Amino acid sequence: MLMENYVTLEFPSRSSNEGFARTAVAGFMLQLDPTLDEMNDVKTAVSEAITNAVVHAYPDHIGKIVMKLRVLDGNILELVVKDWGKGIENIQQAREPLYTTGGEERSGMGFTIMESFMDKLSVRSVPGRGTTVTMRKRISARLLGRK
Amino acid sequence: MEITTKCAERCLTIYLKGELDHHGAQGLIRQLEREIEISLPWKLILDFSGVTFMDSSGIAVAVRARQRVRELGGTIRLEKMAPQIRKVFHAAALDKLMEMD
Repeated sequence: MLMENYVTLEFPSRSSNEGFARTAVAGFMLQLDPTLDEMNDVKTAVSEAITNAVVHAYPDHIGKIVMKLRVLDGNILELVVKDWGKGIENIQQAREPLYTTGGEERSGMGFTIMESFMDKLSVRSVPGRGTTVTMRKRISARLLGRK
Repeated sequence: MEITTKCAERCLTIYLKGELDHHGAQGLIRQLEREIEISLPWKLILDFSGVTFMDSSGIAVAVRARQRVRELGGTIRLEKMAPQIRKVFHAAALDKLMEMD
């Protein structure tokens, strides 16, 4: 059984931090001994969550993003991406494939990708107050007797 | 993100290089549209062999390139994607919308 482990990162909503967040998550999850596919799935989902905060939470200014990573019992990785931006009026609509308010450079597939690449996704949002996206993925236990 | 192009007999190949996320994709759609307008291809090939990571930003790029090339009567094909990139395109069912190797 792994000891509980976590890390919390705070950074401004600059698009250059999208790559940083992916690299940070990849480094943290190494302790779970993921396959390359599992690591790529998580990096892709994180990229979508951070991009949403950069593009939609703070459309006209730079704001604060906090990313919390946690190892849970059962070799589960939990990721929480929190912003204090404009929030989502209609979460159900925002989660629909192809729905976007982001113009032609966005596909509207962010939440769909997060859902299909992770095991669990929850979105909480208060308009004007911010959004919290929580995702979990169980990482397959590849080695017997892992400590 | 860097692009290079090769055009022969109205077949335009665009080689993408780098990480295709929201940060890397900024301005990429315009760049692709410009290349398409210069070459007026019958066939557009997007070559992903130099792309090391892609999220849904790449879906928007491929969909827009397809739309532009179809307006000109051409077709599009996506080639040489790493498994992670292929998975993103499949999640968006783009394999039903355009040709892939």
